[in-house]
Amino acid sequence: MTTIVARDSIRAPQRAGDRIFSTATVVAGSLILAVLAAVAAFLLMQSLPAFVATPADFNGDATNFWAYVWPLAFGTLWSALLALLIAIPLAIGIALFISHYAPRRLSQGLGYIIDLLAAVPSVVFGLWGIGVLAPLLQPFYTSLVEWFGWIPLFAGPVSGTGRTILTVSIVLAVMVLPIITAICREIFLQTPVLYEEASLALGATRWEMIAMAVLPFGRSGIISASMLGLGRALGETMAVAMVLSPSPQVIFQLLTSQNPTTIAANIALNFPEAHGTGVNILLATGLVLFVITLAVNMVARVIINRRKAFSGAN
Amino acid sequence: MSTTTVAAPLPNSLTAGKLPKHSSPVVLLASWLVTAAVFLIVQLSSAGTSFNVAGTLFFGTVLYCVAIYLLSYFVEGVRKAKDRLVTALVTAAFVIALLPLISLVATTVINGLPAFLTPTFFTSSQRNVVGAGGGALHAVIGTLFITGLATLISVPIGLLSAIYLTEYGRGRLARAITFFVDVMTGIPSIVAGLFAFALFSLLFNDPGIRFGFGGAISLSVLMIPVVVRSSEEMLKLVPNELREAAYALGVPKWLTILKVVLPTSLAGIVTGIMISISRVIGETAPLLIISGFTASMNYNLFSERMMTLPVFVYTQYANQGTDTQAYLDRAWAGALTLILIVMLLNALARLIAKLFSPKLGR
Repeated sequence: MTTIVARDSIRAPQRAGDRIFSTATVVAGSLILAVLAAVAAFLLMQSLPAFVATPADFNGDATNFWAYVWPLAFGTLWSALLALLIAIPLAIGIALFISHYAPRRLSQGLGYIIDLLAAVPSVVFGLWGIGVLAPLLQPFYTSLVEWFGWIPLFAGPVSGTGRTILTVSIVLAVMVLPIITAICREIFLQTPVLYEEASLALGATRWEMIAMAVLPFGRSGIISASMLGLGRALGETMAVAMVLSPSPQVIFQLLTSQNPTTIAANIALNFPEAHGTGVNILLATGLVLFVITLAVNMVARVIINRRKAFSGAN
Repeated sequence: MSTTTVAAPLPNSLTAGKLPKHSSPVVLLASWLVTAAVFLIVQLSSAGTSFNVAGTLFFGTVLYCVAIYLLSYFVEGVRKAKDRLVTALVTAAFVIALLPLISLVATTVINGLPAFLTPTFFTSSQRNVVGAGGGALHAVIGTLFITGLATLISVPIGLLSAIYLTEYGRGRLARAITFFVDVMTGIPSIVAGLFAFALFSLLFNDPGIRFGFGGAISLSVLMIPVVVRSSEEMLKLVPNELREAAYALGVPKWLTILKVVLPTSLAGIVTGIMISISRVIGETAPLLIISGFTASMNYNLFSERMMTLPVFVYTQYANQGTDTQAYLDRAWAGALTLILIVMLLNALARLIAKLFSPKLGR
């Protein structure tokens, strides 16, 4: 015979403290979502006048908002791309050095040292870029233009100050290096030890072990780390604003004194003096930057989360 | 009649050639010396140029990569050669990353010390100062006020959200918060400043609004996700047995969190908060936009422009007066102060994490 069990489970008494506390945490959590929505909403609201601005409102010879923002968006993407081209191979090398080459005892300390780079404020990077790096690179640029000027990227006339988009990209690369390195390092350390030991036992050299076991395992991690670095490079402001000598146009040459500037740097340089519709225009360019970085970051996070699901990491 | 065929001797990989143990450092030293000799000849042939140390090290290292590859290729075979080449490249990548850090810290200390050590640097503002002299007191005060207020806003929100994510959060809302917190860590700092400006200029209907409180709000936007992420990690480390033991004793959930979970993870949470402070204390762009810059003291967060250290560094550099050197000196001194604060916060955070973290037996 089956007995029917009454299904009223024992319920804990609802305490006032519990209810207040859990409500507070839900409110705080939702507030974060609200803030993100508010960032988008207020920026959009304030930038509406920019989309209908007349040619007189723009400094330079742009006639509408999109013509104004296009060279800036190009400069933003171009400098970030160059920075990543420099930073990714270096970061993978550093992460491999820390995770697989350096003595185990040293590796954590070495990781801290690279993290210190992330702690340096961007304005200090700006000072360093213009005070140390640009003068250091200038003679090198001169000879580069002399010898390789026939390659369109390195075409002259060479900048006399070294404040070119290549210098900016090198500074940006140094700034995004710690982010990419940190994530790559974590991923490389998560490689199953059995894979590594198996390939070493089959007679692989250390590099063959890395190429066969570590890098394939970490590929998606490297991609998402690079995208997070890209997000950081796109939004970096002060280093670009201080180092670059800007001219708002689409130029691919790396070493001339005519350089495309970035959205963020353009805002920082022009905002203190802007007034009227000029403020709205700068806010609208900020909105464009926000949308670009948001998209990049969301794609990166989706890749990271998908990988988390099947690797069993965490 | 059976024919015996003599097999050709197989190359035995176990007895293949091997470079002597210390060949790598010797080859490295040799290639540096060779490059140094070449550069010395170049220097002697063209008078007036100084010896190129950076070039020597760079081209010497390149020469080493080629030399060790070829040497290993002919003695040990192609696989070992590749391995040695990659080892050289990976180590070089690490050293290259160290160079900017060393150069940056060294330049800041050397250029910043003179103005940093002048007695007025921490006792006076820039008010009515045209040439040399004056100080950064107004900027230090502004940084402390704005960052302090940002911390006061972000820590409760961030900590409560982290508690929600670890202790309560299930389902869609929790997943959305986790995802967007991660996305928010990537918001460019200047966008946070623009947001604060857009918000307050609309609220107060003032198209040229500048005040310290807005700076604190924009820094909070940047700080909250960092606090959430680090606190969440720390709360996850608290063993479930502790929670279950508390429930078994009849302790309500909220008291369990307050009296058991939080104290256990307190050291880690404090570490995370300090690191997040060090992350935002150097932010320039948002403060430049919403807090503005001034040469005078301002103790009121809610009215008038307020100077902060990063903006001080930037404006000293960007608006150099007639006595250029004095402005540059102050900029470097401000940068030195910033780096010292950030390093101090980081070191303190690591110390707290090391001294007070619970021993979880792992």
